[in-house]
Amino acid sequence: MLRFLVRRTAQGLLVLWLITLVLFALFFVVPSNVARTLAGRQASPQTVALIQHRLGLDLPLWRQYVGWVGRALRGDLGYDYYHQVPVTTIIAAALPVTLSLVLGAAILWLVIGVFNGVMSAIHPRSFLDRSLTVFALFFYSMPSFLLGLLLLYFFYFQLTLAGFPLFPAGGYVPLSQGVGPWVDHLILPWFTLALVSAAIYTRLTRGSMLDVLGEDYIRTARSKGIAERRVVTRHGLRSALTPVVTQFGIDLGALLGGAVVTETVFSLPGLGKTTLDALNQQNQPVIIAVILLASAAIVVANIAVDVVYAVLDPRVRLH
Amino acid sequence: MSLDPVSLGSLVDPDQDLPEAPDGKAIEGRSPWLLAWQRLRRDRVAMISLVVVVLIVLMAIFAPVATWLTGHPPNEQYRQIGLTPDGLPKGPSGQFWMGTDDLGRDIFVRVAYGARVSLLVGVVATGIAVAIGVIVGLAAGFFGGLVDTVLARLVDVILCVPFLLVAIALVSITGPGLSITILVIGFFSWASVARIVRGQVLSLREREFVEAARSLGASDRRIMFVDILPNVLAPVIVYTTLLIPVVIVVEATLAFLGLGLPPPTADWGGMISDGQAYYTTSWWFLMFPGAALLITTLAFNLFGDGVRDAFDPRSDQLLN
Repeated sequence: MLRFLVRRTAQGLLVLWLITLVLFALFFVVPSNVARTLAGRQASPQTVALIQHRLGLDLPLWRQYVGWVGRALRGDLGYDYYHQVPVTTIIAAALPVTLSLVLGAAILWLVIGVFNGVMSAIHPRSFLDRSLTVFALFFYSMPSFLLGLLLLYFFYFQLTLAGFPLFPAGGYVPLSQGVGPWVDHLILPWFTLALVSAAIYTRLTRGSMLDVLGEDYIRTARSKGIAERRVVTRHGLRSALTPVVTQFGIDLGALLGGAVVTETVFSLPGLGKTTLDALNQQNQPVIIAVILLASAAIVVANIAVDVVYAVLDPRVRLH
Repeated sequence: MSLDPVSLGSLVDPDQDLPEAPDGKAIEGRSPWLLAWQRLRRDRVAMISLVVVVLIVLMAIFAPVATWLTGHPPNEQYRQIGLTPDGLPKGPSGQFWMGTDDLGRDIFVRVAYGARVSLLVGVVATGIAVAIGVIVGLAAGFFGGLVDTVLARLVDVILCVPFLLVAIALVSITGPGLSITILVIGFFSWASVARIVRGQVLSLREREFVEAARSLGASDRRIMFVDILPNVLAPVIVYTTLLIPVVIVVEATLAFLGLGLPPPTADWGGMISDGQAYYTTSWWFLMFPGAALLITTLAFNLFGDGVRDAFDPRSDQLLN
C-alpha cells in the first residue's frame, strides 16, 4: 500500500511537471503583448520594455521557468499581471465558489443517479425503467450550457414574468451572508451540473446493480428469507456502488478545477470563470496556476479512487 | 461412445443437404457483422435515430437549399427588414421562418449552415482520435514491455489534463479556427480508444491464430493490422458512434465560450452564445440553434446505444 502510494504520487508529480513545461512552452511560442496592453496605447517602446523587464518577461524562457518553479515550490505562485494581486489570493477567493457549486451538485447527482439507477435495476424493462432511461439519455445528450440557459429561461425569466421571482439570474452570495441566499443562488447551477452527470450515474448504477443482483449470494440472501428491501440495499447496492465510487472520484477531481461552463452561464466567480477571464487577458500566472491546480485535483482524485477501490473490494491488490 | 472427430464424422453424412430451418429456408452461415446489422435493423429506436442523423447530414450537405428557399444568404444582415425598430431580433414569420438574430440574419438558414460545422468537427475530430487511439492501443498491447509502459504513461498524462481548460488555453493562444478546433479535440480524445484497444489486443495476441500467422512468417505489421485489427473493430465502432456526439458537444461548448469558428461563420454553439444575451426578449434566437444541437446529439447517442446492443446482445438493452 505504502509503495503504491509513493509510486503513484511520484507519477502524479511527473504529470504535473510535464504540464507546467508544456504550458510554459506554449505561452512562450506566442508573442505576449501583455506589456503593451499594460503600458497603454501611447506608451513609448522604452516604457513597454521597462514593464517587460519588471514582469521578468525579457528573461530567457528557461530562466523564467526555473524562477517560477523555485517560487512555486515555496508556495508563491506569482502575481496577477494586471492588478499585482498574488495568484494565491485570487485562487483563495475563487475556490469557495467552485467548491460550493461542485460539492452541492455532486450530492444531487449522486442521490438522483443512484436512486434512479436502483429503481431501474429492480424493475428491469418496466415502464419505469424505460422512462428513467429516456430521461437519462436526454440529459446525457444535453450540452450543459444549453441546460443552464434553459433553466434560466424557464425558472428565472418565465417564473419572474409570471410573478414568482424565486430564483436570481446568476451571481454568487457567500455562505457567510446566510444559507438561504446562498442556496437560492446555487440551485439552478447545481441542477445544471447535476442533471447531466446524474444521467451517467443512472446508467452506471443500473448496469452494475443488474450484474450484482444476478450473483449467487443475492439468491442465497433471498432464500434465507431476508426482506427484499434489505437484500437490495445491504447486499446488492453495497457492492454495486464500487464502479460508481470510481466514477465519482474522477468526476469530482475533474470539476474541482472549475466548472467553466456552468460558472460562465450563471456568472459565478469560481475557478473556471477566473481562468477564462485570465485567458482573455493573457494573464499567464493565473492560467498556469489554475490549470496546475485542476490537474493536481485530477491526479489526487485518481489516487484516492484506487485506494478506496482496494478498501471496498478486498480482491483488488494495489501494486 | 467417444466424441473424437472420427466417430462424430461417421454420424454426419457429408453429402446430406444442409438442415432446414422451420420456415423452410436453408440455414446459412452468418458473419457477426451481418448478425449485428440484422439486430440493429430490428431496433426501432436506433433506426429512427439513424434516419434523423441522415436528415441532419443531408441538411448540412444541402444547406444552400435553405438559402434558395428563403432567398437569404447565411451571413446577410437584414438590418432594415430583419430587426424591429428598436434594433431587436424579429420573431418567426413567413419571411424569417425561425426569426432573426441580433444582426438581422436569418436563423433558419444559419441553423442549416451550422450543421456543417458540427458534423465536420464531430466526424473529423472523432476520426483523428480513433486513428491515433487504435494505432497507440495496437502498438502498446502488441509489443508490450517498454513500448507499453511509455504509451500507458502518455495515456495517463492525457487523461489527467483538465481537458476543457487546456483546450480553451490552446485555442486562445493560436486563435480560433476550424483546423485548430478539430486538432485540439482529436488530440485529447484518443486516450480512451487506446485503452480499449490495448485491453483487447492483450488477450488477442496470445490466441492461436496469431501464433499460426507468426509461424507462417507474417511480419509484426501484418499480424497487427491484418490479423488482430479486424477483431477489435466492433468495440472501436461502438465507441466511435458514441464519441461523435461527445465531440459535437465539446465543439459547441468551445464555440459557446467564444472559442469557436471566427464570425460570421454560422455555428450552433456560437449562435446560442449570442442568443443568451437576448433570451428575455427573443427566445427563438436561443431555442432554435439549441434544439438543433440537442436533436443532433440525442440522435447520435440513441443510434450509438443501438449499435452497442447490436454488437453485444448480452449488454443491457436500452429501449426495446
